[in-house]
Amino acid sequence: MTAAREDIPIAADEDVVRVRQIVRSFAQRAKLSLVDQTKLVTATSELARNTLTYGGGGAAVVELLGEGRRQGVRASFQDSGPGIPDTALALTDGWTSGRGMGLGLSGARRLVDEFDLDTEVGRGTTVTVVKWSR
Amino acid sequence: MTIDTGRSDNLADLLRTNTAALTARWVEVAAATLRGRLTTAELERELAELYNALLAGVDSGSRDVAAEPYAELRALLTDMSRRRARTGFSPSETAVTVYALKQAVFELIDNDAVEGGLREVVAFSRLLDAFGLQTFESYAKAREEVIDEQAEQLLELTTPVVKLWDGVLAVPLVGTLDSARTQVVMEKLLEALVTTGAAHAIIDITGVLAVDTQVAQHLLKTVMAARLMGAECTISGIRPHIAQTIVALGIEFGDITTKSSLADALRHALRRSGVEFTAAERRR
Repeated sequence: MTAAREDIPIAADEDVVRVRQIVRSFAQRAKLSLVDQTKLVTATSELARNTLTYGGGGAAVVELLGEGRRQGVRASFQDSGPGIPDTALALTDGWTSGRGMGLGLSGARRLVDEFDLDTEVGRGTTVTVVKWSR
Repeated sequence: MTIDTGRSDNLADLLRTNTAALTARWVEVAAATLRGRLTTAELERELAELYNALLAGVDSGSRDVAAEPYAELRALLTDMSRRRARTGFSPSETAVTVYALKQAVFELIDNDAVEGGLREVVAFSRLLDAFGLQTFESYAKAREEVIDEQAEQLLELTTPVVKLWDGVLAVPLVGTLDSARTQVVMEKLLEALVTTGAAHAIIDITGVLAVDTQVAQHLLKTVMAARLMGAECTISGIRPHIAQTIVALGIEFGDITTKSSLADALRHALRRSGVEFTAAERRR
């Protein structure tokens, strides 16, 4: 596996596991520290599960980034679900529209270096995160 | 005009009159690709059965693989790919066994220059292609079944409840915690608490690669359930990078006792049940 980009459909629980494994291997290739690897893997695990649970399934794209001397991993999760009506509320700790802990989206944002949430009600949601090596 | 049926009979005739030669050549070609992993006798039996079923189908005049006359052949092929999938053959090797008959027939047609051969050959070739594809499908299905079985076995295998001390149970968790596995873990732990009368349970997550909110939620629920049954529950094996991630994620374990290692958790449990540790005094 040497591709710098991997597309993973998310349609079942097993796919969340697969996303985690692929992100972990990309994080290792980007030479992220063990802590950063774990943080990125955990964040993508949350986002992949959100895509599945709230977006009704979708796809993930994991990419290896190189910018000068630092390397990073970008993961983006796209669904065509109902979208998020109130992003500020969705990013509040402890708030959930489902049955989770309400920490997935807000927690994921704290675990990564760059976080981008693009959503429109009725069109779907795309969340992109980046973690850089230090 | 009955050209089509006439030609069909042509093919049927060809297959029937050359049964012995064709099956022998088929076995020969197929055996070459299997490199001796099946004995010739086994292969002969298998292919003779297939050949007879194919002949019966072709004899009916139908060239549609989904049609009734080919039902027996389809069943035989499914059986064959299942057997092969379980004994570790690759899907190509299984399909090639079917395609080997093409070679045998084509060689024969070449030699005999059968009249009006081309249309015949195309129809026959299409027929065999479809059957080859079917072996692929059955093969994939059989493999999926094997995988499902293994997943179920893993679910059972990877969640042992072990007794560490009188009244102290431990559940070492390894790998991925999903809802199904957590359910199994919870059930086993609660059952073991009842049967052993243990007052302490330790859930060790040293082998869990990542703790996200779902895993944490599952863990918390298990601990709460154990508490409701009157047992004290400790979570151990929280490694530094997991701890930092849990903090950043914002998960709170509340008043649940957590320890970095199983040894610490055991010491804690023993202390709580009144066992004292003293260094044995050296007697002269």
